[in-house]
Amino acid sequence: MSGHSTYVPKSAVGKWFESRLPIMGLIHSSFVVFPNPRNLNYLWTFGGILAFMLVSQILTGVVLAMHYTPHVDFAFSSVEKIMRDVNYGWLLRYLHANGASMFFIAVYVHIFRGLYYGSYKAPREILWILGVIIFLLMMATAFMGYVLPWGQMSFWGATVITNLFSAFPIVGESIVTWLWGGYSVANPTLNRFFSLHYLMPFMIAGVVVLHIWALHVPGSNNPAGVEKQTAKDTLPFHPYFTVKDAFALVCFIIMFSWFVFYTPNYLGHADNYIPANPAVTPAHIVPEWYFLPFYAILRAVPDKLGGVLLMFGAIAVLVFLPWLDTSKVKSAKYRPLFRQFFWVFAIVCVLLGWVGAKPAEGGYILLARVLTAYYFAHFLIILPLLGLFETPRKVPASIAEAVLGKGGSANAMAAGAHAEPNTKG
Amino acid sequence: MKRLTFIRAALAAVVMAASPAAFAAGTAPQPPSMSWSWSGPFGQYDATQLQRGFKVFREVCAACHSAEYLAFRNLSQPGGPEFSAAQVKALAEEYKVKAGPNDQGEMYERPARPADHWPSPFPNREAATAANGGAYPPDLSVMAKARTYERGFPWFVFDIFTQFQEQGPDYLAALLKGYTDPPAGVTVPAGKYYNTYFPGHIIAMPSPLNDGAIEYPKGADGRPQAPETVAQYAKDVTAFMMWMAEPKLEQRKELGLKVMIFLLVFAGLLYFTKKKIWSKVEGDAHGPAF
Repeated sequence: MSGHSTYVPKSAVGKWFESRLPIMGLIHSSFVVFPNPRNLNYLWTFGGILAFMLVSQILTGVVLAMHYTPHVDFAFSSVEKIMRDVNYGWLLRYLHANGASMFFIAVYVHIFRGLYYGSYKAPREILWILGVIIFLLMMATAFMGYVLPWGQMSFWGATVITNLFSAFPIVGESIVTWLWGGYSVANPTLNRFFSLHYLMPFMIAGVVVLHIWALHVPGSNNPAGVEKQTAKDTLPFHPYFTVKDAFALVCFIIMFSWFVFYTPNYLGHADNYIPANPAVTPAHIVPEWYFLPFYAILRAVPDKLGGVLLMFGAIAVLVFLPWLDTSKVKSAKYRPLFRQFFWVFAIVCVLLGWVGAKPAEGGYILLARVLTAYYFAHFLIILPLLGLFETPRKVPASIAEAVLGKGGSANAMAAGAHAEPNTKG
Repeated sequence: MKRLTFIRAALAAVVMAASPAAFAAGTAPQPPSMSWSWSGPFGQYDATQLQRGFKVFREVCAACHSAEYLAFRNLSQPGGPEFSAAQVKALAEEYKVKAGPNDQGEMYERPARPADHWPSPFPNREAATAANGGAYPPDLSVMAKARTYERGFPWFVFDIFTQFQEQGPDYLAALLKGYTDPPAGVTVPAGKYYNTYFPGHIIAMPSPLNDGAIEYPKGADGRPQAPETVAQYAKDVTAFMMWMAEPKLEQRKELGLKVMIFLLVFAGLLYFTKKKIWSKVEGDAHGPAF
């Protein structure tokens, strides 16, 4: 996806095929010789980890769907049948349920890496916005997936979240009826959630293709936050970054396996092992951990509509981030003040998640309000002003200078020569 | 009208979540942490304990509670009580299940087979509720995973590393042993009972276990293989409920160990491969320079 292909097929069949569909050349230029900034650290491996998680979720999900029954009378028991009678059904289900959490762990690292190193800034605004769209699709997919086992938390989570749309004036009630396919969360709701839960991962995959396409125009940002200029700044994707990504991925899978094999229910709710019962409300209705910060923002506002708008606003504000941050310097490494505000913001997000799991009363509400205010202030006040008042440290002239010191060593130059001399942005 | 009820219920749910006073869990003490044979990365069920637990379940619990996901055949599967196939067949034949319709279009009763599921003590939920003073005795198939208590900070963080997953069994065992006289000033309604560990303390289930009520298999010395006490009954039947809820636990941990060993070796090989490849160039960055 970057410039002309240097791929030369070796076999006659390869030549014949390549002249008709140059897909091998596309793969070659995108994932073999593609010049990556040589200073990418391990935080840049999470893009590959996310791609792996998407594929893993789709594969386990497709097989689970062969055994699952989307009907209010059979959903819960079909899941238990998967756990007991389907060969390795327990493994598939625990991989899929914990996989959702792993997907969100990886995406949060990926997002905060982008925030720290200014990866959303020109020329990567479209890349960033596509990422926000993927994040939204992920949230919708995960929410609907959690409804499918039709346990108590499935049912009541679906009830609370779909009811949010009733906050909108005039059309609210009609929207909720339309979402439910009736006058309550019932069989039509479960049916459509299953259908959409199967559809949306493929929509995510489509936007991921655009995301990678947009990435390969300027190439990756990097810890120095300066664009690649010469071949000295880069190393070819293969073998340098394939092996680095592979090592990080396997480490990530070790963590994933820890949850799947040893604490498979840690990230879930005990209440979801109770079959859904519209007549009994659980004592605490809590969303999955990855929604908790947004749940806290929702409940921080006394007005229902206000809460809903603020919750969606918390994600929408990310779309405007490339223009809210007025600093020309990308990496927090060279922005002493921003770096401190970044960590305050990260702590605020964790605290929002913690408050989201607590009952919305007394001191927790007050804390949630303060944290919510700070969340928005970070984007709407601090970032615009910081760019104007902060004095950044001296940014290196090039990646090579940042990594190798002035001029770079002969060793590095020799290695750099192997990289494709592709420097156009 | 129905929709309004739902919206109201949903709002009530949010309000409930907003006020912990509405839920008396806060007043119930944390169940004591017990040692369970299946905890930790190498944990396994104790088949003789599960067999004793099954006896308690069968003679006491099953009188009121269903266990709809338990099939007779499960009782002889590996990683469970591991009765012999012949024992399970004989056991199943002691129970009658409804079958049919036959070629005359009539339903009939026949002896259960190992493939049948555990017969429920009541024909439906309403009958079970009516027979138990208006309180439905919940199904016990996944009960050990359906109950928990709040661990609180920082324990919930440590639990990831210690692999603590036994909130459900700890709670169930404590509940079964938790019947006491109500403290002064607390009146227990007729037909209800006081339990230290039940959220809100007022429980509809009477104390199900009594010392010596269930006869345990005798050892070679003619004495029961485990004490015939409420504490031991509670522990054994909880172990059985855990197995019912998670019958593939042993397979999971066994496979987990193999997967972990493979991944650690693979990660080690990749680490050195990566080091070798990057040793030819400079500029390798590991972590962020915060």
